[in-house]
Amino acid sequence: MTIPSDAVLHESTLRRRHETNEADPIKGVRVAITGGTSGLGLALVRELLRRGARVAFVARTRERVRSVAREQRGAHGIVGDISSKDDIYPIAVQVTGELGGLDVLINNASDLGPVPLQMLSDTECEDLERAFATNVTGPFRLTKALVGALAASAREGRGAVVLNITSDAAFNPYPGWGAYGASKAALHQLSRIWGEEHAADGVHFLSLDPGDMDTPMHAAAIPDADPATLKRPEDSARELADAIGDALLRRGALGVPLTTAPELEGVTR
Amino acid sequence: MIAADQPVQRPPDAKLLVVDARKNIGHAPRAAFVEFLRRGDLVIANDAATLPASLRGVHAATGAPVEVRLAGRPSLRPEDVCCFSAVVFGAGDFRTRTEDRPAPPPLADGDRLALGPLCATVERLLGHSRLVSLRFDGPPDAVWAGLARHGRPIQYSHVTAPLALWDVWTRIAGPPVAFEPSSAGFALDWHALAAMRERGVEFATITHAAGISSTGDEELDRLLPFDEPYRIPLATADVIRRAKARGGRVVAVGTSVVRALEHAATGDGRVRAGEGMATQRLGPASRLRVVDAILSGTHEPGTSHYELLRAFTDDATLRRTSAELEARGYRTHEFGDSVLIERARRHAA
Repeated sequence: MTIPSDAVLHESTLRRRHETNEADPIKGVRVAITGGTSGLGLALVRELLRRGARVAFVARTRERVRSVAREQRGAHGIVGDISSKDDIYPIAVQVTGELGGLDVLINNASDLGPVPLQMLSDTECEDLERAFATNVTGPFRLTKALVGALAASAREGRGAVVLNITSDAAFNPYPGWGAYGASKAALHQLSRIWGEEHAADGVHFLSLDPGDMDTPMHAAAIPDADPATLKRPEDSARELADAIGDALLRRGALGVPLTTAPELEGVTR
Repeated sequence: MIAADQPVQRPPDAKLLVVDARKNIGHAPRAAFVEFLRRGDLVIANDAATLPASLRGVHAATGAPVEVRLAGRPSLRPEDVCCFSAVVFGAGDFRTRTEDRPAPPPLADGDRLALGPLCATVERLLGHSRLVSLRFDGPPDAVWAGLARHGRPIQYSHVTAPLALWDVWTRIAGPPVAFEPSSAGFALDWHALAAMRERGVEFATITHAAGISSTGDEELDRLLPFDEPYRIPLATADVIRRAKARGGRVVAVGTSVVRALEHAATGDGRVRAGEGMATQRLGPASRLRVVDAILSGTHEPGTSHYELLRAFTDDATLRRTSAELEARGYRTHEFGDSVLIERARRHAA
């Protein structure tokens, strides 16, 4: 089995940006990232700040949020748990309040399910529910609360993108990855349907697999993996930021989304 | 009218009273409001999300409980979140009618208020013993976090269950700068926006920090609406110009949109893009320069919202409207039914 082409970062698209001297479309963009204090999320916070974005990040642990906010000057740190219904609107108030609106939402925070990994029939229901709460229901709620702000951004011609972080485990039936893989498959399908439903509003939905990275989550899943064989989260973050930049460029001059951009076919929806 | 007491934004039986430019009155299910729009019309809504602007706490000098309702701020800038004007109530909460709420302890310049995780100083009284200028301690992000965690939506006693933010954020809600929801926007959902698009009706938004609708104090209520900052995106000013050029109608969703657009009107049917502060009151003497029709809640005579409707059509028509709303069991307040009023012909510019 392979990953559908629409979930794979499109190499030629990424290369094109580096070969040209176009202004970076990430500059000045207002971005919110969930799970922003470790692994890929932290790498995204750093990459986007470096490229001139205005960044708000969300994570559960107050101390971690404080420490990352201290270290990443200018980033807005927000304490919240996206798997908790009562946290969603306070997060949304802070994101749109502190940034004055929103152009890009990155649903990155993820729950692996049972640790160590378990066969599905050995997986506790609570572990499955927690994975779905963080990987599906949380992103659904947060996106729903923020899609008004995103659509406003699209109408103003700033462009609007939701990036949902998925995984090859969403497409390949890896034994032991049932809770995680099934929840990521659900998130991928949400992205595709949202993408269809909001295309005319100018809100683009990306669902992308960053690859197997050297992150705390990967270490929890496969403790004896050789880090040398894994991708650096910084590299994935750069590719994802490029994909966001390309999606932002798909907007028309007055906020009217261009209907097609064939060279970008691989990365949307 | 009957008060709508359930926090449901789009009840399936919501009603719509329509007054056309010839002052004819008709009735329809509100879900069908898109059918009253024509190809080329432009619908403009307020995309402000509602701030949880009710803060419970304690007046430090006396230990007396207070409820602070934030009611105004100097601008919409994200970092401009430390100073607010606010109405202060004494003990109790929304379950008591605002008219019956006890007064707060006497407030003086420099008084400290402990509001959950937030601390604030009364900078000065604003011409009334319960209307104050407040300054929160701390940097903007800490104030945003405190408001997000501790604040509740401002609420009135006609809705008995405590409101959550999801009850009062419209589907199109963006920046959280309104003190009460722009509730006319409850009629809109993504399906309605798609239906408009299909019909050839354009949609655009402004952001307007809609203020509080009632204080329970006659003297204070006479000052409503307070000054309200707003922002009109360039793209919105542009679609207004194009709609006017092709003869389409500009349909405002809610009184806040009318207030902002008419404040920014330049006299030739265009509006200035950018930030402004709406300070004017609209009424029977106002000449509307931009807005051709309004979708709004049902309003009782004497309120500032009703006064604004008098800019659209004459008093005789509004009296007939009120009689029809009453006779046909329309519901009022933020979760109530709606009216769609087109500017009467004789008012046409």
